[in-house]
Amino acid sequence: MKFLQKLPEQALRILVVFVILATGMLLVRQFVIPADMKDMTLIQTATMEREADKEAKYAGAAVCVQCHEKQQEIKRGGYHRDLSCESCHDAAQKHADSPTEVKPVSPRKRDYCVYCHSYNASRPTGFPQINPDTHNPRKPCITCHNPHNPKPTQPPRSCAACHAQIERTKAASYHAQLACTVCHTTPEKHKTEPRTVTPTKPDKREFCGKCHSEGKGAKGVPTVDMATHGEKYVCWQCHYPHMLGGI
Amino acid sequence: MDRRDFLRRLCLLIASTGMTGGMSAAAWARIIHKDYDASRHYYGMGIDVDKCIGCGRCMQACKTENAVPAPPFYFRTWVERYVIKTDRSVTVSTISTEGVQPTDGIVEKDMVRSFFVPKLCNQCAHPPCVQVCPVGATFTSDDGVVLVDTKRCIGCRYCIQACPYGVRYLHPVTRVADKCNFCYHRLVRGLLPACVEVCPTQARLFGDLKSVASPLGRFVRMNKVHVLKPYLNTDPKVYYANLDGEVN
Repeated sequence: MKFLQKLPEQALRILVVFVILATGMLLVRQFVIPADMKDMTLIQTATMEREADKEAKYAGAAVCVQCHEKQQEIKRGGYHRDLSCESCHDAAQKHADSPTEVKPVSPRKRDYCVYCHSYNASRPTGFPQINPDTHNPRKPCITCHNPHNPKPTQPPRSCAACHAQIERTKAASYHAQLACTVCHTTPEKHKTEPRTVTPTKPDKREFCGKCHSEGKGAKGVPTVDMATHGEKYVCWQCHYPHMLGGI
Repeated sequence: MDRRDFLRRLCLLIASTGMTGGMSAAAWARIIHKDYDASRHYYGMGIDVDKCIGCGRCMQACKTENAVPAPPFYFRTWVERYVIKTDRSVTVSTISTEGVQPTDGIVEKDMVRSFFVPKLCNQCAHPPCVQVCPVGATFTSDDGVVLVDTKRCIGCRYCIQACPYGVRYLHPVTRVADKCNFCYHRLVRGLLPACVEVCPTQARLFGDLKSVASPLGRFVRMNKVHVLKPYLNTDPKVYYANLDGEVN
């Protein structure tokens, strides 16, 4: 108390004002400001709830098949089996909520399928791709292909229908005269189920040796001594048989 | 329980099941997600680069689901096209949502390798964006998702600068930071994120790291996985399989 009496009066007054302000602010913080503005856990929970309450626009394929069993049945066996309904039909939660009032879109034009199926060199090998400028131009895709179970309209006639790149390189190589089936045994089913039934590749050195071992080759065909050349390797591990010049 | 009591309860049971059974999916979702326990999940995503066909459906679905502004520089997820040329130079371009590939004049003959890489918020276990936020508006929830509190964010762009993966942008309307949150509103309803839902080739996979049986558990067991910029110790939860060394 003596310390306070020693202070000059103006300082004392300022001190009193500060004490009142500080008490006021503490009271406001304690009683006026709601708890969810102070507690980080509450703030974060509120954010999580706000995010969770947002409206979902894609219903999910599990909801679609509850009514559209027929389409699901068609789709199940085809190449599009893993494709979600809403990949093509667009967000359909509104349609699921009121099926008669809101109808989802059905892309019927050519320009939708090419999102996935136009040729692009960056796409993985084996993914079915076409050049939209030359593949039946201006015809909607759905005139020939059922989008729920798409298939080639007829089994491909030649290997080049799918393996055009190999066909082109082979045409300029020493093996140009050989048909694909000379080296690859191709079951007929490979044309309709390319992924499940696959052709063979020569798996023995002796296969190439039929033409390329010493003494067996026709005139002009390069030959090697099979006993010493290439050791344990199958020939095509070093020599790519389709390649230009057959290196 | 006497007979009268039993009958009354039976009637109540039938009436209540009738009512709940006739509810719309949205009403169900509202009930279900209130029971959602974040601490029982820990989400992550798996991306198989070899399966991506660069169709841009994920980018479009994300924009639809999360009302991301349409201009092609606002993305919560996007797909990059990598082209590695014979002169060892690397070209990276973001594809368009319309599925039209950028015409960069690269001829096929000059390509050594080329592929698509989908990108999104990595939901890092040690997120730099959370560290730098001056107001604590961005945080990791118990289920491992990094969220932004849109009411608390002051739009200072510090997190946008700090993110090593460039996944954040400033929303032009709300003027706060925005980014992928694995479609949090869908997770709590037990749905897949929109991009995973529409991916036609299953290049994107979603799952719970706390569950052994989830598709993601299988993905990380069966593939040799990689994360983006592992040297930054951000510990991302988006796992890439068959990722090329040129991707960063």
